[in-house]
Amino acid sequence: MNFTLHIWRQKNINIAGDFVTYKIDDIDEDTSFLEMLDQLNEQLIANDEDCIVFDYDCREGICGACSLVINGYPHGDKKATTTCQLYMRDYKHQTELWVEPFRANSFPVIKDLTVDRSSFDSIIQSGGYISVHTGAAPDANAVLVDKPSADEAFNSATCIGCGACVAVCPNASATLYVAAKITHLSLLPQGKIEEKARAQKMLNQMQSEGFGSCSNHRHCERVCPKGISVSNISKMNQVLAWS
Amino acid sequence: MSSIYAKDPTGPLENRWEKHLFNLSLIAPQNRKKHKVIVIGTGLAGASLCATLGEAGYQVSSFCFQDSPRRAHSIAAQGGINSTKNYQNDGDSVWRLFYDTIKGGDFRARESNVYRLAQLSSNIIDQAVAQGVPFAREYSGYLANRSFGGTQVSRTFYARGQTGQQLLLGAYQAHSRQLENDNVTHQSRSEMLELIMVDDQARGVVVRDLVSGEVSAHTADCVVLCTGGYSNVFYLSTNAKGCNTSATWRAYKQGAYFANPSFTQIHPTCIPPTGENQSKLTLMSESLRNDGRIWAPKNSADCTKNPADIKEEDRDYFLERMYPAFANLAPRDVASRAAKVICDKGLGVGSKIQGKRLGVYLDFSAIIEKLGLDAVAEKYGNLFDMYSSITGENPYQTPMKIYPAPHYTMGGLWVDYNLMTTVEGLFAGGEANFSDHGANRLGASALMQGLADGYFILPKTVANYLAKNTLTEVDNDHPQVVQSLKAVKDRIQKFMKAPQPKHSPEYFHQKLGGILWEACGMSREADRLKQAIVDIAELETQFWQNIKVTGVDNDLNQTLERAGRVVDFIELGKLMCQDALMREESCGAHARVEYLTEGGEAKRDDNEFSFVGAWEFMSEQPKLHKEQLNYEFIEPTVRNYK
Ligand SMILES: Cc1cc2nc3c(=O)[nH]c(=O)nc-3n(C[C@H](O)[C@H](O)[C@H](O)COP(=O)(O)OP(=O)(O)OC[C@H]3O[C@@H](n4cnc5c(N)ncnc54)[C@H](O)[C@@H]3O)c2cc1C
Ligand code: SF4
Ligand code: FES
Repeated sequence: MNFTLHIWRQKNINIAGDFVTYKIDDIDEDTSFLEMLDQLNEQLIANDEDCIVFDYDCREGICGACSLVINGYPHGDKKATTTCQLYMRDYKHQTELWVEPFRANSFPVIKDLTVDRSSFDSIIQSGGYISVHTGAAPDANAVLVDKPSADEAFNSATCIGCGACVAVCPNASATLYVAAKITHLSLLPQGKIEEKARAQKMLNQMQSEGFGSCSNHRHCERVCPKGISVSNISKMNQVLAWS
Repeated sequence: MSSIYAKDPTGPLENRWEKHLFNLSLIAPQNRKKHKVIVIGTGLAGASLCATLGEAGYQVSSFCFQDSPRRAHSIAAQGGINSTKNYQNDGDSVWRLFYDTIKGGDFRARESNVYRLAQLSSNIIDQAVAQGVPFAREYSGYLANRSFGGTQVSRTFYARGQTGQQLLLGAYQAHSRQLENDNVTHQSRSEMLELIMVDDQARGVVVRDLVSGEVSAHTADCVVLCTGGYSNVFYLSTNAKGCNTSATWRAYKQGAYFANPSFTQIHPTCIPPTGENQSKLTLMSESLRNDGRIWAPKNSADCTKNPADIKEEDRDYFLERMYPAFANLAPRDVASRAAKVICDKGLGVGSKIQGKRLGVYLDFSAIIEKLGLDAVAEKYGNLFDMYSSITGENPYQTPMKIYPAPHYTMGGLWVDYNLMTTVEGLFAGGEANFSDHGANRLGASALMQGLADGYFILPKTVANYLAKNTLTEVDNDHPQVVQSLKAVKDRIQKFMKAPQPKHSPEYFHQKLGGILWEACGMSREADRLKQAIVDIAELETQFWQNIKVTGVDNDLNQTLERAGRVVDFIELGKLMCQDALMREESCGAHARVEYLTEGGEAKRDDNEFSFVGAWEFMSEQPKLHKEQLNYEFIEPTVRNYK
């Protein structure tokens, strides 16, 4: 398979970036999208050029490092997948590809396709945890958790912190990410006690990091690689409403 | 050759850790903030350690190379975590987990350490549940368990197929809580490139900011490495792409002994490679072996057929045939070698790479028939989805194809009972140390070990070190600090300006991987190892001549990052072969073809090799030190899984 790639190149946040066009040929259909970029980078090295920088680590859809907007879709247009899980066989009918970084004020571009998502860490630091001391926990079966709640908590907890929900949102809001954590912890008896304070702290932090607010566009749910549902946002709103 | 000692306590096994804890020195709460600890790596081991030390009131500085601590490789662990809770009342106990771990490690681990690990395993689950880790539960609300590779009790706790993710997020959140409380500072996108030694003590690190390229020194009272394993030495492995040996290798070159480098685990259930440009291999959780049946065609003519068209009597369920007692749950090394033997005989399935089909079937049709599609989806849904998105095949309908791949490294920095390396003030936790798994690790035991080290052991032993040593401040113009900084900068220039820049880091990494997979992978042999040592030395020379890094060094430059990691892997690869060559026996995952039984099982030599091989860096040849292993409580037996 042969591809024409328009890839966003940007030296750093202070210098304007632009698309640069590359051609790459003879790509096997079982090659992953990132392996295709690896091969392009090998070509660039051979031509004495600086490589295209993009984030990745696990390459199996769980670490949340990979990003990329491909032909306008964060993580590509395949449902419930991260960029690292895309294979070139998914692009049989689109041989011209536009590859950009996630774009949001709170995710400044570092270089090329790499953005700074440390604002997500700050949100967790503001309260996205249960305040338990290490070393002094009661027996794990002392508090029972009904299976439906445990399963639902797990579903919310599978968020990988990739930021696609922000990248797709017209308001660049991080509400889905925040709501997923609040819901995960609120559904468990261990996390229930602090829930309201937690939710307020995290939302305040979200605002001070420069993320927008939610106005129910629901694009986030559609691009989320882990299928985090907007019902998490309703659940968060319930937590906030109780006094 | 000389001897080294673990300094573990004596007396009854059950009391050793408690007795030791009593003897460790403490630091009064008001004095703790005067002490500074550097923690490199914030995976399960590092994040849990930072959280605990921070909460106790120490000043902690942590670093990781990813853009967030939440992305450490621990996130990818799928199957589960062991614990001796015995909630299933199936006869589990601390003693049994201890025994299984020692036996699984083929009697090459230290009794005191392993017993302590089994004791602490129960507390880990309590801790995780209190943090909100959503483990699987029964309808009654109680925690669920499953049995996991190589054990006959159900002691594994799990969160669907994402146990590592959930445990890491728990530790990450606990770490984040300390960051909010200002006890801990953390820098992401930072890579440790050198250990700073002052008066024979570890006193700091040199770190490169991966965004700006700036190199800086950080000093402290002591340093802890929780930097994970080195399976990526093989190029293709199940590890995340960034996993590397650089931190542990720099420490080795500063005097920390490297133990059992050749003890690497090959995991039997990975998705086979499909082509030459593949960048990594994906693990299919071992838990799949609980319900899937492994088979290969009996006749090579069937290897290219649709598996549905191969008759039942023409299928060889080879693990069930060879190891009836454990069958599809045979230990990882046994199962891996059996699959290799089948494929080497030309009975493998899947894509042909360099003349061989490297794959066998893992078939779920029987269990789907028994439990129904929904029950199977509930248990394995995300793994099945992952498989089908990678291969484009549907495992609910067609059996999966699997093949062994490098997965975990039992070897690592040698540590004593306090998890301190041979360098004073340098500790190692998690996969980075060699401690508890002997020559082979049981499934679901790495998460347990990382968290035992981070939550429960290191916080106590690090405090003891700080209490016992009077350490003067090392400031940034100390000659050792200045020299370490300069060494790092000089090395970076060597990557940027090779005499004849020609090949990318990937080129060298792939070459190295090829050599090691053949000579030091699933089976090893003296002649091949000797040749590999020569080949790797040649590759190293070529590397320094021909390494090509484009771009500039004071910038985000992933090619430069890779160059540094690859050359450390090259040096480590050589030591792995030397270690494998020295160990003239087979044990656990280390299979020397000269020392296998007719049935292909490991022939241990306890008279000659019942020791940990710890290598000291020397400029000419590394020097071997032995830690003799004494089995006071368990009689080493021949591992027999028939
Ligand atoms: C696919 C897969 C599945 C697994 N499943 C299981 C399972 O089900 N059960 C089980 O018990 N075990 C499992 N394991 C093994 C287990 O996940 C690992 O052994 C364990 O998570 C290692 O944790 P760690 O904290 O030691 O290291 P890691 O999680 O690898 O963390 C290493 C840390 O060190 C940092 N680091 C490394 N080098 C540097 C450097 N030079 N400078 C700065 N920072 C650095 C990294 O940024 C990272 O933060 C699995 C492993 C794999 C590959
Ligand atoms: S909610 Fe979904 S899209 Fe948003 S960060 Fe989490 S996993 Fe990514
Ligand atoms: S690289 Fe880890 S999720 Fe894509």
